[in-house]
Amino acid sequence: MAWFRREKKKIGGQKRDLPPDVWTKCDKCGEILYREKLADNLDVCPECGHHFKIPPDDYAKLLLDNALEEEHDADLHSVDPLEFVGPTPYADRYARAVRQVGRAEAVLTGRGHVDGRAVLFGAMDFRFIGGSMGSVVGEKIARATERAVERQEPLILVSASGGARMMEGVLSLMQMAKTSSALGRLHKAGLPYISILTHPTTGGVTASFAMLGDVIIAEPGALIGFAGPRVIEQTIGQELPDGFQRSEFLLEHGAIDMIVPRPALKDSVSKLLGHMVDGST
Amino acid sequence: MASHEEFERSIGDVVAQIGKLKEMASSGGLDVETELKKLESRLAELRAETYANVTPLEQVQIARHQQRPHSLDMIERIFTDFIELHGDRGFRDDPAVVTGWGRLAERSVMVIAQQKGRNTKGNLKRNFAMMHPEGYRKALRMMRQAEKFRRPIISLIDTPAAYPGIGAEERGQSEAIARNLLEMSLIETPILVAVIGEGGSGGALGLSVGDRIIMLEHAIYSVISPEGCASILWKENTEEARSKAAAALKLTAPDLKRLGVIDELIEEPKGGAHTDWDGAAEILSEALQRNLDELRSLPVDQLLQGRYEKFRAMGVWGGGE
Repeated sequence: MAWFRREKKKIGGQKRDLPPDVWTKCDKCGEILYREKLADNLDVCPECGHHFKIPPDDYAKLLLDNALEEEHDADLHSVDPLEFVGPTPYADRYARAVRQVGRAEAVLTGRGHVDGRAVLFGAMDFRFIGGSMGSVVGEKIARATERAVERQEPLILVSASGGARMMEGVLSLMQMAKTSSALGRLHKAGLPYISILTHPTTGGVTASFAMLGDVIIAEPGALIGFAGPRVIEQTIGQELPDGFQRSEFLLEHGAIDMIVPRPALKDSVSKLLGHMVDGST
Repeated sequence: MASHEEFERSIGDVVAQIGKLKEMASSGGLDVETELKKLESRLAELRAETYANVTPLEQVQIARHQQRPHSLDMIERIFTDFIELHGDRGFRDDPAVVTGWGRLAERSVMVIAQQKGRNTKGNLKRNFAMMHPEGYRKALRMMRQAEKFRRPIISLIDTPAAYPGIGAEERGQSEAIARNLLEMSLIETPILVAVIGEGGSGGALGLSVGDRIIMLEHAIYSVISPEGCASILWKENTEEARSKAAAALKLTAPDLKRLGVIDELIEEPKGGAHTDWDGAAEILSEALQRNLDELRSLPVDQLLQGRYEKFRAMGVWGGGE
């Protein structure tokens, strides 16, 4: 093992000689990629098809006609309801995330259009405390869902999350019930909800709104599950097989409807909405 | 006699002394009346003291106490005519959750209850009350049955977590829990939830979307175990880190009452439910009946609106004025 680690460092050393803003290395195949070209390819490695993580704004751009036309609830922010005392105070960790990401929370919500059809849209930001769901994320998702019911428009959510935000304790757990109840109303109203799962989506987000789509689409190779692989390995005392809890595994086990590479996402969503809501019956 | 946790060791000592004394009295015909009385009053004092000042981590130990009454112990004492029903009609019967019809004060209710084992054999069978997806699906099937016959649902919560394993993931653990959350918000019959031991994260929540959430005094309800939180945030699973995590998570019944997550805290017999199962069952039974009577008097649309608003209001944030 140690020998391999040293070898990896050498490659890293090589990489540092490249201008870091121009080049990047694929996490999966190790290919050195020209950043601009990678961006043109929607951050999908042209060599191996690996999907890099992208921020919620990028999903808004690639799924919606004119990106997000109005953003909702951008000022909602966490107030550290438990005054959580950890090794790093939650308030500090939160402030750092806000500075790093330039947004008040781990989800972006608003309204836009998909091929001319108005939709309510939300996308999560894994960079923001692991895309964890606390009171604000739950509230924004619930509001987006309720707006979809009010306006009689479809809902599209892009998930990326490590689960519930433990620094908000049981209040974060309750967001699972809150968002799922709101989706119950959307369901009763006969409106479509398309859930898009990206790498990684686990824990409380998977066990609530992410798995409740009328149609669930996953990007290729995304880790999607209830428990994280490390927790499972500790519980069962053995290593997990390759590909366990990846999109392809979920499709095979009937847990999701389809796997769609990023460049084809909008087309799939648009076709589905066409079947679900357009025209006469 | 009962095993005792570290913090209640002095209680254990007195209990042992009483046991010995009683044994001596029965075998040797000695008169130990005075001494016994003294010890028993000392025991009552000790219990009151110990349980009045437990730390959050000790609270967790009480909730998991080996001698704590489990769901079936409560069911046996609270419901009559209990008839267990099995299986999700899809994959298998999950013994980590017991479901079936029972009568509470003469009236039929559907009981959904997470069941721990009392020993190794029992825990192997019950999987430590850690449910698989088919358990959540079995519970949902029973809840639909209750809805069909317009009978209320009582959900007893006592689980460390939903099971994190290969089969559980293969069969859609996250979907099974998510589905229950959504469906329970729409079920057209009263749902009364009682947390009687451990309310372990999504594993507990998957049976806990109800009109009322009541909780025994020494039960806990948390997004993550203190052990899990300690190893993720403190990067160590030491007593000190667990203790800090348990305090930070605000997982005790009084904390949850303050946060508006539970509706009612039910006081346990002095010294905890594990010292007096009959007493604990009687207190729980009264609380279930009283809450159910109130819920039964509500029209269905009002019931569902109330249930929606209850969870809709949970959480604390700033902005958005």
